[in-house]
Amino acid sequence: MSTPRTLAEKVWADHIVVEGEQQGDVQTPDLLYIDLHMVHEVTSPQAFEGLRLSGRPVRRPDLTIGVEDHNVPTMNINEMIAEPTSRKQVDALRDNAEEFGIRLHSLGDAEQGIVHVVGPQLGLTQPGTTVVCGDSHTSTHGAFGALAFGIGTSEVEHVLATQTLPMTPFKTMAINVDGTLKPGVSSKDIILAVIAKIGTGGGQGYVLEYRGEAIEALSMEARMTICNMSIEAGARAGMIAPDEITFEYLKGRPHAPEGQDWDDAVEYWRSLRTDDGATFDAEITIDANTLEPFVTWGTNPGQGVFLSDSIPMPESFDDPADKDAAERALEYMALEGGTPMKEIPVDTVFLGSCTNARIEDLRMAAAVIQGREKAEDVRMMVVPGSMQVRLQAEEEGLDKIFKDFGADWRFAGCSMCLGMNPDQLAPGERAASTSNRNFEGRQGKGARTHLVSPVVAAATAVRGTLSSPSDLGMTDYIVAPN
Amino acid sequence: MSLEKVVTHTGVGVPLRESNVDTDQIIPAHFLKRITKTGFEDALFSRWRTDEDFILNKEPYSSGTVLVTGPDFGTGSSREHAVWALRDYGFKAVISARFGDIFRSNAGKQGLVAAQVEQSDVELIWKELENNPGAEVTVDLENRLIECGSISTRFQIDDYTRWRLMEGLDDIGLTLRSADAIDEFEKTRPAIKPTTLPAKLSEV
Ligand code: SF4
Repeated sequence: MSTPRTLAEKVWADHIVVEGEQQGDVQTPDLLYIDLHMVHEVTSPQAFEGLRLSGRPVRRPDLTIGVEDHNVPTMNINEMIAEPTSRKQVDALRDNAEEFGIRLHSLGDAEQGIVHVVGPQLGLTQPGTTVVCGDSHTSTHGAFGALAFGIGTSEVEHVLATQTLPMTPFKTMAINVDGTLKPGVSSKDIILAVIAKIGTGGGQGYVLEYRGEAIEALSMEARMTICNMSIEAGARAGMIAPDEITFEYLKGRPHAPEGQDWDDAVEYWRSLRTDDGATFDAEITIDANTLEPFVTWGTNPGQGVFLSDSIPMPESFDDPADKDAAERALEYMALEGGTPMKEIPVDTVFLGSCTNARIEDLRMAAAVIQGREKAEDVRMMVVPGSMQVRLQAEEEGLDKIFKDFGADWRFAGCSMCLGMNPDQLAPGERAASTSNRNFEGRQGKGARTHLVSPVVAAATAVRGTLSSPSDLGMTDYIVAPN
Repeated sequence: MSLEKVVTHTGVGVPLRESNVDTDQIIPAHFLKRITKTGFEDALFSRWRTDEDFILNKEPYSSGTVLVTGPDFGTGSSREHAVWALRDYGFKAVISARFGDIFRSNAGKQGLVAAQVEQSDVELIWKELENNPGAEVTVDLENRLIECGSISTRFQIDDYTRWRLMEGLDDIGLTLRSADAIDEFEKTRPAIKPTTLPAKLSEV
């Protein structure tokens, strides 16, 4: 009998082109084949430049796809991009796509959107594939049982030229999430709790596999939210075993297999689950029954607490480095230890990003605000993750709910998730944001970010202070029903 | 294309007493709009450099080439610009107790040594560099050794990266030596796997 293997080990093994070997005292890495390479305007120009300089073609344009997402505006998209440096980058991508024969979904195209929303939506992200992109949140695609990770620009060039990457095997960590989520608690709260537990460096060197009852109960959208933020736990990749929910999501998508191919694919996909008796290098367990809506108070995603709690006192940290980090964070955030989270007022609510701007996220938020009024001084921006999400939302009438509420209804892009397009926070402005990073200056110079789930974002827009749906009297509210 | 070989480097050490220095701090996002691969020296730690007390604004640290920093350096986004900014500023090595995975891998590709040591060693080197501003740090890849004043400690770096740095080898060139194996692999790749072309679109 063969040795029991984990999901990650199976996918890895199926992609080894050249196995690493001991050469003297050097262990060479494995050369891995890459099934899908996604590029965007920010991390690709220098890679294409490198190809041109060395006279190399793109080896597999048919395994490559480009989108414009990071620095594009989310309004007036039919006008020329106003900001010259952004325009230059987008133009460079368009020129490169044309020169090297790569499929590109540009601003205004019905398939345009954030790279990690577009891949799954087109059915290009499939179980058992290797997926890379010059973007750390490529981990999102692991929700399908793909081995997906972010790469740097030199690696982008490497994949363009060779369709492979030399990689040293990861270690594996099981994240068991048992139990059932309470009403109003979502997958965003699971991953924030995981990060608070293992720390922002806890996953370094590992592929995380999320498993257990609470994970199996989640929709694909909710699973993507979890895998997306694996990088915030320090891990380059996160994975979830493909199951009926995965197959259901994929069936009928533009690039999903059809007919006999579909049956063959499903059979292969089923074989990918971690074998009974396989061992992980590390393992942690989280009890979903005990989770509550989670929100960050500091400037890294590990600095979070339950929304019902207060900001911790810096003195309460045992580790002096953690205490210093807390002090620095609180100074930047203009907050004090001991303040109840629910008393913190925000200026802006941002519902968007590759973490939480899929159709289900928009539905959940819309359900919370429907029939309610927005807090007067709060600005709310809703930025669908892709044009398809936007179109779907409009078909369902969600856009009306947002607009009636007084929210800004935008076109697709990374938007306020990072300060490199027109959607930015002003210095000192405070946001409840469904994105993934609360780093200093991430959403604009001097901007202050609290990471939250879509339903917390929506409830916060109603009350004006960090809030959960239960603060609005919603008690039987179930998040992410399948 | 090949890189400059790095075997050993000696230069002024810069004690950066910060942990969790993510790539957004190393280089803020708006610098990512450039489409060149060099000239990022002005972007390094740009937000912090507006503070005149920031270490790189002080002599003799401003001409430093070895950055000695707290744990979890280079976490966050995949931007290789973080490495380019350090490289363009003149840094040849970064010493920390823990690095972000993607940062570490990017560093190795640009000839920047990411040397991992215990935090207790970082503390010792910090003290030395603060007590003797301008003190030099030697990073000896051959022997995996860091030396600074009377401190001498071994550092960790994976064998393969070390070898490539010492040989100045370009990754793509190395991989293309296996072009035949890639051709073979592609022949056996199952036909059910997706391709992006011909493009199929969502039904609207
Ligand atoms: S939405 Fe944010 S995290 Fe996601 S790809 Fe865009 S910038 Fe990166």
